[in-house]
This record gives sequence, structure tokens and C-alpha cells, in this order.
Amino acid sequence: MLVVNTEVVPGKQILEVKGLVQGNTIRAKHVGRDIMASLKNLVGGELTAYTELLTEARREAMTRMLAQAERLGANAVVNVRFSTSAITSGAAELYVYGTAVVLSD
Amino acid sequence: MEENLNLIFSIGGTIFLLALGFVVGTLRENAHFRSLEAREKTYSGIMVTDLRTLPANWNADQGTLVQGEVVIASDYFKGFAASLRNLVGGRVGVYEKLMDRARREAMLRMLYQARVAGANVVWNIRYETSTVGRGPSGGSSGAPMAEVFVYGTAYRVTDREG
Repeated sequence: MLVVNTEVVPGKQILEVKGLVQGNTIRAKHVGRDIMASLKNLVGGELTAYTELLTEARREAMTRMLAQAERLGANAVVNVRFSTSAITSGAAELYVYGTAVVLSD
Repeated sequence: MEENLNLIFSIGGTIFLLALGFVVGTLRENAHFRSLEAREKTYSGIMVTDLRTLPANWNADQGTLVQGEVVIASDYFKGFAASLRNLVGGRVGVYEKLMDRARREAMLRMLYQARVAGANVVWNIRYETSTVGRGPSGGSSGAPMAEVFVYGTAYRVTDREG
């Protein structure tokens, strides 16, 4: 499955538009990570544990989107957009959406 | 007597945290800027733009989605400096530097993925910024944390004249 965030794919034609596909996930930070982060907050710098958490969550959202695209019989997802929002102070929602299409070979 | 001691301890603790944030935070920040500059030089061969489509006469592969992300925390001293700045308004330089570091670090991670994919241009990049929340210490003194995410489509362009 080809995934790009541009509207067109060089050298290929969109034969069929299958529609919008999306995936989301909400992840909460856990206490152990919070304690480490509060220590890090004194001296500043990257919070590696949170970065990993969000990367994992984004991959999960992406997997759900791709599963939808596969069910629709698409072979690519174009014009992908990511969006993040804080639901409560402890949890973040990762959302990814795009258009499932069938590309020519 | 006991009240006086408590006061001394609480003021001393705050001063210690401010000093720790200032010394360690500044050292780490300077080291990070040096590392950013050094790594950015190694990616000078990859062109990055936020244009939506490739020029029609360029030959490229089908492209891959590349992304980079970072969560960064401010330090105790920066939080204090920003809260002072809040009283009189104006530029909050300490946070400007923090966001600059986060954006450049995220960009480098995206460029790393592009290089692994064998690409020489990254097209249609988008930045996404969100606050993960104030630091767990909470309240007005809790240092803010920010997430920066950048993504785009990496292409291997073989011929720019078509």
C-alpha cells in the first residue's frame, strides 16, 4: 500500500476514488513516564518516553487507516493529513486521514 | 524560629531549582544547537519544500511518506523567566529558542527517513504542533511541554529536465 501526502503520484493515474479513510487512537501517559518527565522538566530537553509514546500511537492510527483502505480495495492512500489534540491533560488523540484510491500500474 | 527555617528552606529550594534549570538547561541547549548545526550540514543534498506537487517535467519515483517528531520540555528557569515576561509582555525569547530546537530536531528525523528511503527531495511538508500539557508539577510554575511533528512525501528525482 502506497501512502503519500501529495494529491498526485508521479507517473501514475488515479483510476478510482474509494473515499475517505481514517484512523485514530487515544493514548494516555502512564505514571512511571510522568515521574521521569517531571524530573526532566527541571532541566529541560527532549522527553524521549513521550516521543516514543506518540510515535507508537501514530503508527497505530496509521495501521487502522490502512486496514480501512484495504477493505475498500484501494492500493494507495493519497493526500494524508495528521492531526493531534489533547483530550484531557493526561491523554492525546492522534488522528490520521486520507483518500483511498486505486492507482494505475 | 521554626517558621523562619521553613521560609529559608522554601526560598533556598526555589533558588536551587532555578540555578539547576539555568546551568544544566543552558548547557544542554547549547550542546543541542551545536549538534543540530552539525547534522543539518549532512543533509544539505536533500531539497525540502511545502509545495503540493512536483514540477510536471521532473521524473520521480512514486514517493514515500516520511515523518519526524519530538516532544520537548522547558526547564524550571525558562518557566520562571517566561512568567516574569508575562507581567510586562513582549517576546518570550526562552520559548522561541525551545520551539526552534524542537522544529529543527523533528525536521532532521524526517530527513533521516528520507535519506534511508534513498530520496533527494521532500515535497509537501506540513508541521503540526501541539502542547502535550503543562509539566506534571502542574500549576502556573509547571514547565510547558510541546510536541512538534513534521511530515512530507520523499521522492527520488532522477531527471529534472524531463
